[in-house]
Amino acid sequence: MAPALRLEGVRYAWGAGNRAPESVSGAGNRAPGSVSGAKSRARGGFALEVDALEIARGERVFLHGPSGSGKSTLLALICGVAAPQAGRVEVEGEALSALSPARRDRFRAERIGVVFQMFNLLPYASALDNILLPLRFAPARRARVGRGARAEALRLAQALGLPEALVLRAPAAELSVGQQQRVAVARALIGGPGLIVADEPTSALDVAAQGAFLELMFAQAESAGATVLMVSHDPALAARFDRSVALTQIARTSREAAA
Amino acid sequence: MSLMRLAFLSLLNRRVTALLTAAAIALSTCLLLGVETVRTGAKASFADTVSGTDLIVGARSGSVQLLLYSVFRIGDATANLTWESYEEIAARPEVDWIVPLSLGDSHRGFRVLGTTGEYFERYRYRGGRPLGFAAGAPFDDLFDAVIGAEVAETLGYVLGDEIVVAHGLASFSEHGDKPFRVAGILERTGTPVDRTVHVSLRAIEAIHVDWTRGAQAPEGARVSADEVRAMDLRPQAITAALVGVKSRLQIFGLQRWINEYPQEPLLAVLPGVALQELWAIVGVAETALVAVSGMVVATALIGLAAMVFAGLDARRREMAILRAVGARPSTILGLLVLEATMLSLAGALAGLGLLYALLLIARPWIDSAWGLWLPVSAPGARELALLAAVAAAGALAGLPPAIRAWRMSLADGMTIRT
Repeated sequence: MAPALRLEGVRYAWGAGNRAPESVSGAGNRAPGSVSGAKSRARGGFALEVDALEIARGERVFLHGPSGSGKSTLLALICGVAAPQAGRVEVEGEALSALSPARRDRFRAERIGVVFQMFNLLPYASALDNILLPLRFAPARRARVGRGARAEALRLAQALGLPEALVLRAPAAELSVGQQQRVAVARALIGGPGLIVADEPTSALDVAAQGAFLELMFAQAESAGATVLMVSHDPALAARFDRSVALTQIARTSREAAA
Repeated sequence: MSLMRLAFLSLLNRRVTALLTAAAIALSTCLLLGVETVRTGAKASFADTVSGTDLIVGARSGSVQLLLYSVFRIGDATANLTWESYEEIAARPEVDWIVPLSLGDSHRGFRVLGTTGEYFERYRYRGGRPLGFAAGAPFDDLFDAVIGAEVAETLGYVLGDEIVVAHGLASFSEHGDKPFRVAGILERTGTPVDRTVHVSLRAIEAIHVDWTRGAQAPEGARVSADEVRAMDLRPQAITAALVGVKSRLQIFGLQRWINEYPQEPLLAVLPGVALQELWAIVGVAETALVAVSGMVVATALIGLAAMVFAGLDARRREMAILRAVGARPSTILGLLVLEATMLSLAGALAGLGLLYALLLIARPWIDSAWGLWLPVSAPGARELALLAAVAAAGALAGLPPAIRAWRMSLADGMTIRT
């Protein structure tokens, strides 16, 4: 069986002289904090190279590295939001790097669940609507849960310790950060995608809540048979994972200053 | 969760700006539809004023001019129609009925119309409704007058009041020696009839019997009101005549016959055709009105685009979330266009509702103020097409910000750091 994730000789670069396919110059209006905004403003180049990374199915992998080590870029490559200029990105045997942007979007919808650091949810929709959101873009996941989508969402929410009344009615914006993160996990898991990608999902939580959150996420991912790849800058969490990978060991980044 | 529901929830989340934008679209749509309604209502009202008349006959001038002075009491006749011609036309086999009209005098700003009793039977307005009497009856005596509703209301006249007709439309010489008596008051029609004092054709002749060249004979040579009753009061000439034919097929034959009448230059027009000519003339003003209301709609839709633009930055996170769960950039584009379309459609429908509400409230007032009875009917194909056009234009207005969002979501991917 193909591994959950395999990266081979991946090179992704973007910046002044080497425009990446996904970056649109002149898109304007870049928030100062956004990666693309900061880089484009500096007019410097940035490149990430990953020789090899392989994650087996069902594995729980902790990927850590200091900020600026290319974590977000790597996640964008894995999720198919960006495509590398060279090398292969395979998720569950499917070569993402060979797909068109639209096919990659579809693939992400069907096979990958994403949890962000915070602000994971559409603030105006209920938690339930947020959990059901990916099904809108993933017919196969929708078919898998069938008519029981609502019941499955509520089951996941309950398993993740979310009160049903809160899930059904309250707009997501009224939930606590910890509750929002758990809703995000339920959303990532519904319909059973094979790979859960979590980008610093615990950094907005206090230390006591972090452990509980990870346990809940692992338990549900395991019962769904999903692989977990979590990115964090906090090495203290590494012990809870099957394996820990330092991004600095598998990847090289290079920057050119602006001319 | 459907895209539609997503768009709806997102709009609900920004309900204040969304409502204000929709309100602007609603008001502008209401104005656009209102102009349409008034335009068609005014045309219908003009057409209603001459309903039931097949031909209008007068001295040869322009057809629009003839229509305006004979039916709408706007402007003056340049020449008259001799009584002999009138009688010859009346004797034609095609003619079912003919009503003479004699204009030229006035009473305190209202026009005086000399006619026959048949006028009250033949005149039709608003889709074939006959004239009704609020009080009294058609003229019987030589010096009886029947006044329109507005004349009665403005001047406070009741049955039996005495009125003096002035010579000409704006003159100080009055036919004071031969006063009239109000014998009947007509119901309100919303046509120029409301603003008319009707007297008999013989009375018009009677009050002018001792006048020559616009001045009354000197004291000793005058004819008294009692003496005049004994005289032959057959008129010399009239201003115009309304004609009804026995069969509609004969209209054109009779029209040609009148237009080629050898004894004097006459003109017979079909009221509908003359109205069309009139609309062609006022078409420029109409177009201007429609253009202005169209501009107002465009302004509201630019406001819509501005609102969507202004919200983009605050919504980058929302777009990143959608991208993360698998939405394509084109889905983001579609979502924003859908939002703009929904908002403009909601605004357009609200504008339609507003128009109906305003029509229902203001209709009696508009009727009494301008004699314009605006129809309240289910929206027709034209209205629906206009609503659809507003919604489509809204979608178009949403396109530039949606394209911007599409580019932003391409550039951002899933990684917005807030």
